[in-house]
Amino acid sequence: MKNILTVMKKELRRFLGDRRMLATLVLPGILIYVVYSLMGSAFSDVMGGTEDMEYRVLTHNLSPTVATITEQSGLNITYVACTDCAEEHSPEAIAESINEGGYHAYLVFPENFDESIATYDPALGLPAPEVKIYYNSSDADSATAYSTLLALLDALESSMTNRFDVNMSQDVTFDVASEEDVTGMLFSMLMPLLLVILMFSSCMAMTAESIAGEKERGTIATLLITPIKRSELALGKIAALSVMSLLGGLCSFTGVLLALPKLMGGEALGAVDASVYTVSDYAMILFIILSTILVFVSLIAVLSALANSVKEASTLISPLMLVVTVVGVSGMFTGGAQSNALFLIPVYNSVQCISGVFSMSYEPLQIILTVAANLATTGLFVVLLTRLFNNEKVMFKK
Amino acid sequence: MEPMLVATGLRKTFTLSRKQQQIEKSNQKVKVAVDNLSFVANKGEIYGLLGPNGAGKTTTLRMLATLIRPDEGDALLDGISVVNNPDAVRSRIGFLTGELKLEDFFTPNYLFDFFSDLHGVDPAVAAARKTELFEKFGIDRFAEVKVANLSTGMKQKVSLVISVVHDPDVIIFDEPTNGLDVLTAKVVTDFLLELRERGKTVILSTHIFSLVEKLCDRVGVIINGRMVACDTLPAVCDGMSLEDRFFELYKAHVAEEV
Ligand SMILES: Nc1ncnc2c1ncn2[C@@H]1O[C@H](COP(=O)(O)OP(=O)(O)OP(=O)(O)O)[C@@H](O)[C@H]1O
Ligand SMILES: [Mg+2]
Repeated sequence: MKNILTVMKKELRRFLGDRRMLATLVLPGILIYVVYSLMGSAFSDVMGGTEDMEYRVLTHNLSPTVATITEQSGLNITYVACTDCAEEHSPEAIAESINEGGYHAYLVFPENFDESIATYDPALGLPAPEVKIYYNSSDADSATAYSTLLALLDALESSMTNRFDVNMSQDVTFDVASEEDVTGMLFSMLMPLLLVILMFSSCMAMTAESIAGEKERGTIATLLITPIKRSELALGKIAALSVMSLLGGLCSFTGVLLALPKLMGGEALGAVDASVYTVSDYAMILFIILSTILVFVSLIAVLSALANSVKEASTLISPLMLVVTVVGVSGMFTGGAQSNALFLIPVYNSVQCISGVFSMSYEPLQIILTVAANLATTGLFVVLLTRLFNNEKVMFKK
Repeated sequence: MEPMLVATGLRKTFTLSRKQQQIEKSNQKVKVAVDNLSFVANKGEIYGLLGPNGAGKTTTLRMLATLIRPDEGDALLDGISVVNNPDAVRSRIGFLTGELKLEDFFTPNYLFDFFSDLHGVDPAVAAARKTELFEKFGIDRFAEVKVANLSTGMKQKVSLVISVVHDPDVIIFDEPTNGLDVLTAKVVTDFLLELRERGKTVILSTHIFSLVEKLCDRVGVIINGRMVACDTLPAVCDGMSLEDRFFELYKAHVAEEV
């Protein structure tokens, strides 16, 4: 026991004193926060920037009805009647006024539009009065003006043959999704994938360095001729690496937790907020993260012990990263009732549990199974690592 | 004469990879590095293993130090088997060989404490020992410099000191003066003589005749993995100089094998 602590202290000292290693732990969490914040504010610029935009629309024979409903609906559209022209513009003139004349669209009504639509009877088979909207699809503002006008006119058209309305009341919120539901859906989809990948990558560099690196540089042989047991060496190393990886895992977790609301546009939208979860939800997540990190560290440790150099270890580990990513993605799709036996599969169980906790639909038994299965798997890998440390062909192969 | 280390019928073979076969220019899959090797080292003596490059000296010492297991045979250290009870053997021996490196990241001072802890040395005893050994080898001048920034000789001194943190009964040194200047080499040989004075058993390997002549009470000559002579230094030399006697043995045994 004392030897495990001694080995552990040495490893911790090694990594806490190494700025490069610390950076590989802390940076992913910070990076994801920064990147998501930037992406979030870029999104809201694109979406929110159009709101107070004023559209100028050149009109021909503007219908008074349309002018009135535009005003009533509070749309920021200014109609400018073309005064000096009795006729419709030529295509060239339209293009000029939209591209250079400062107009966003050119709206053409047939003469006496209001009377025509009042008396129009589709049963007679005559062509319906046609409204034309000219616009420039390559100009974002012009395109928005077009779709706004189109929606307005569509609404007018459907109100004229009105038999019933859907969701018309202004003062009722028809979307019953609560803040919890929106947050839960987003977090439970993205959290498992992001967390699993970030945890795996923070374990990777350090564990390969600590085991394959020591082998490569011949420093592990110096430990192997001391009277400590191989199992103590294995446990000490895995414990220290897990502590460090947990540190990295928590940084990543905090980063993701703060980053996801930012990605969705920050407090302005108010729909995604990590404070909807309780302390016990977070405690569950902590247990899952810890047990998953143990599995990752011990698995990577075994592979690193088989490798002769850090480089070789990375080659062995990188296919696993792919597997972990795929399993992480599975968290996005599966859901709902699942057999408890599935919670005995390491990594998959973690993904499902993280997803479950964040969508507020987990069962405590599933978490217990997950943590137990992960601890058992870690135990198995520790035994395997001890065996490898005892195997001279593995440890001293050149 | 009380025997401290008794090796009987040690044998070690290595399976050669294709690449190693090319380097060794042979198509044999198995390399016999040590073959039926037996010897006894007594308490309070310096025993020397003498042999040319590739004779199997390092391999023999690695088996004694429990780093690798013999294919056949065994060695008893004060009655403890290196094959059956390697953990117990490890706490009684100190091993120095080029293969055992120290971590670049740490200072000699920290490493001494770390290995003392692993050997379960009482902290007060360890501190006193550290002061004494660091002074003897002049390590106190670079005790706080990271191993990465030490010269080859400095590293060798630190490795040597670390190999004896637990004051072992049997000290196994593989070419201890390799890469050291004459001044430092003298400190090392004096240290070995001092260990003998204190009743320790020293087993060292070398291909330097003068070192054997100066230090060793008894000597074993290894050629191609076999012990070809093993006795007190005067008995092995048989009235000749050690060098002449070695060439005679070498000719006889290499001729015999061809
Ligand atoms: N791990 C290994 N794999 C394959 N062959 C090996 C291995 N270790 C040693 N050998 C072979 O065993 C033989 C003995 O090697 P050893 O290192 O014991 O020689 P040595 O007497 O220490 O030589 P030197 O004086 O050069 O240090 C050599 O032929 C070497 O190539
Ligand atoms: Mg050698």
